[in-house]
Amino acid sequence: MMADIAATAGMMPGLTTADGRPLKTALAEAQAKARRRAFLLVAPLLLFIVFTFVLPIGQMLQRSVYHDGFSSAAPNLVAWFGANPRGTEPDEAAFAALAADLKQMKADKTAGAAGTRVNYTLSESRSLFTSSARGADKLEPPFKEALIALDDKWAAPAVWEAMRSAATPWTADFYVIATDFERADDGSLQKVPENQQIYLYLFGKTFVLSGVITFLCLLLAFPVAHLLATLPMRYSNLLMILVLLPFWTSLLVRTTSWIVLLQGQGVLNNVLVSLGILGDDGRLEMMYNQTGTIIVMTHILLPFMILPLYSVMRTIPPSYARAARSLGATSWTTFRRIYLPQTLPGIGAGALLVFILAVGYYITPALVGGASGQLISNMIDFHMDKSNWSLAAALSAMLLVGVLILYWLYDRLIGIDNLKLG
Amino acid sequence: MKKLLALTTALTAVGYAAAAEEVSVMSWGGAYATSQIEAYHKPFTAETGITVISIDADNPATPIKAQVEAGNVTVDVADVEYADAIRLCDEGMLETIDPAMLPAAPDGTPATEDFLPGALTDCAVASIVFSTVFAYDSSKFPEGPTTMADFFDLEKFPGKRGMRKGAKANLEMALMGDGVPAAEVYAMLETDEGIDRAFAKLDTIKADTIWWEAGAQPPQLLADGEVAMTTAYNGRIFAAAVAENKPFEVVWDGQVYEYDLFVIPKGAPNLEAAKKFVAFATDTQRLADQAKWISYGPGRKSSGALVGLYQDGKTEMGPHMPTSAENLTNALASSYEFWVDRDAELNERFNAWLAAN
Repeated sequence: MMADIAATAGMMPGLTTADGRPLKTALAEAQAKARRRAFLLVAPLLLFIVFTFVLPIGQMLQRSVYHDGFSSAAPNLVAWFGANPRGTEPDEAAFAALAADLKQMKADKTAGAAGTRVNYTLSESRSLFTSSARGADKLEPPFKEALIALDDKWAAPAVWEAMRSAATPWTADFYVIATDFERADDGSLQKVPENQQIYLYLFGKTFVLSGVITFLCLLLAFPVAHLLATLPMRYSNLLMILVLLPFWTSLLVRTTSWIVLLQGQGVLNNVLVSLGILGDDGRLEMMYNQTGTIIVMTHILLPFMILPLYSVMRTIPPSYARAARSLGATSWTTFRRIYLPQTLPGIGAGALLVFILAVGYYITPALVGGASGQLISNMIDFHMDKSNWSLAAALSAMLLVGVLILYWLYDRLIGIDNLKLG
Repeated sequence: MKKLLALTTALTAVGYAAAAEEVSVMSWGGAYATSQIEAYHKPFTAETGITVISIDADNPATPIKAQVEAGNVTVDVADVEYADAIRLCDEGMLETIDPAMLPAAPDGTPATEDFLPGALTDCAVASIVFSTVFAYDSSKFPEGPTTMADFFDLEKFPGKRGMRKGAKANLEMALMGDGVPAAEVYAMLETDEGIDRAFAKLDTIKADTIWWEAGAQPPQLLADGEVAMTTAYNGRIFAAAVAENKPFEVVWDGQVYEYDLFVIPKGAPNLEAAKKFVAFATDTQRLADQAKWISYGPGRKSSGALVGLYQDGKTEMGPHMPTSAENLTNALASSYEFWVDRDAELNERFNAWLAAN
């Protein structure tokens, strides 16, 4: 409407306000002022999001493709690699550059950092750098013989290939590792040996387990949400408190209580054994494995499914179902054709919420997952701990992309407008 | 009046500064941290007036590295394992420690000669020798296991096992359990066949193993009956057995021992107090005192003679030390050269092995 007036005003240059200014500029000024005020209102939130969300995630993504531990410590080698394409046999000039860099590394104490970067793609190269740097001052030409005499690993093509790929700070190496690949001696990609493949398997497992947990949550939450929505107020309030109660308890407390309940010598097993249902040596294994992860995570994420479902179910008028029944539909048909479709926005919202939370969960699987219940988030945590932050960042970025793809699929299949979070 | 005011202000300021002097020490929690608080922290505060803040971590090397990299160091002194001390030092993340600042032994032997071989490095000072051993509940196995091979023998000794979730010490123990003498373990681990053999041995108990991460977990797992035997840090088992009267027994065959060292992260907020603390805590008497609280061997030769009874006044500490002669018959000194280099690769393989069904 405002835009219409402005456009009309533009066509009629003679129109002015009471104080003689052209109407168009006066209007634009007034609108700009309103926009500025609106922007100032959201500015704190915007700043908050930029500083606590966008910047850290951007930094994390950058870390996954950028590591200058080697390239900044070995300028001479970087220059040699720049001048000689892949496949060039390292000559005396290359070894001279290496010797010069090692000397500098010793002086700057950067051999450890440089070696660590190369070690990410080729193990055992870390100590090659630290030990060689220690002896670097005594090196004399010809450097090729001297360095190989110091450590014969310097003659290995794999070492030179690993240094070449570390010589540029911008690198795809961490994504190569994160997809279970490695570089062969000639720089081509190959799968790592089967007994070291882990990441893709864990990604798959994480998504499958999250799917299972989401499905279990839906199965359990649907009847509860329905009860909450249809019971008289005084009962439903009590039920709602019971649903929310776990929410107010610390995550760690809830997880440890599950350990007490489900472990081999735990409450549940003890009851079953004392009732004679199980033999003492046939105790159920429900903790420190995949079963434990599924049970505990389903419980912890259940409220995230119940609440959106409840908020949608409450708005469904009971008269629709009654109308369907009076027109001759069976109770199953009524549920399938009338009630269920109306709860879809709640199911979609709950499922998406639970799934996305489950994909990134790590404390619970770490505590109750044992060996078989570990998820990709535990691997990210592991690399944070072992301070290979770049690999952790690459894995996180892949997880983020996986979730975004699912989100996009959801939008295509069901439609993001069709989502009701509460 | 004005003068008085200025004087009191100055006095308050001095008083405040003195009270504010503190040093934060990060260690491994549980019975071990308690021993450090009793043997080092309390006497240090009594002598210097500097408050010691004790912080716990599963492995202090991890937060130290993160803090130094992020440029926000809050810890002044940390207690780390050997391979981590070397690695952090190589990467320039630690202050160098000049051995000259460490006190000499009571008989005048300089610190450089008084410490055990390898206990002093560029950036670290060893305080104790600890050991990864395996322990069992003697009420379950009256005729207990006696060798590393028994740990892997599910037929003779049925029941769940507990092991640390990580490659270090487990691979060594697996080879010793497979009959490799301690002296040949690392030579064998240098080869691919050796590593395959270690994992193959771990395979035999994988389905029956619960993996622990914090040092306080294994005594708890044993006490709950969740495991029949578990690897553990020897001091934790000692603390549970002696202080809490649990029927736990340590098997010393195949123990893997190493130093724990004090380091000062680069950028420590109270550098001078940190140096004072390290020098104080690693003097002969303090290291001997610590053995009163937990069964870890002191890093100084001169402390050995002063080690006597446990704080209960009746338990002789000698037989519980990883370094006492009868416990060293088939023992392995953890090789930091090996682990500094191969930690990342072997842990990756260990994780892949763990996740695969």
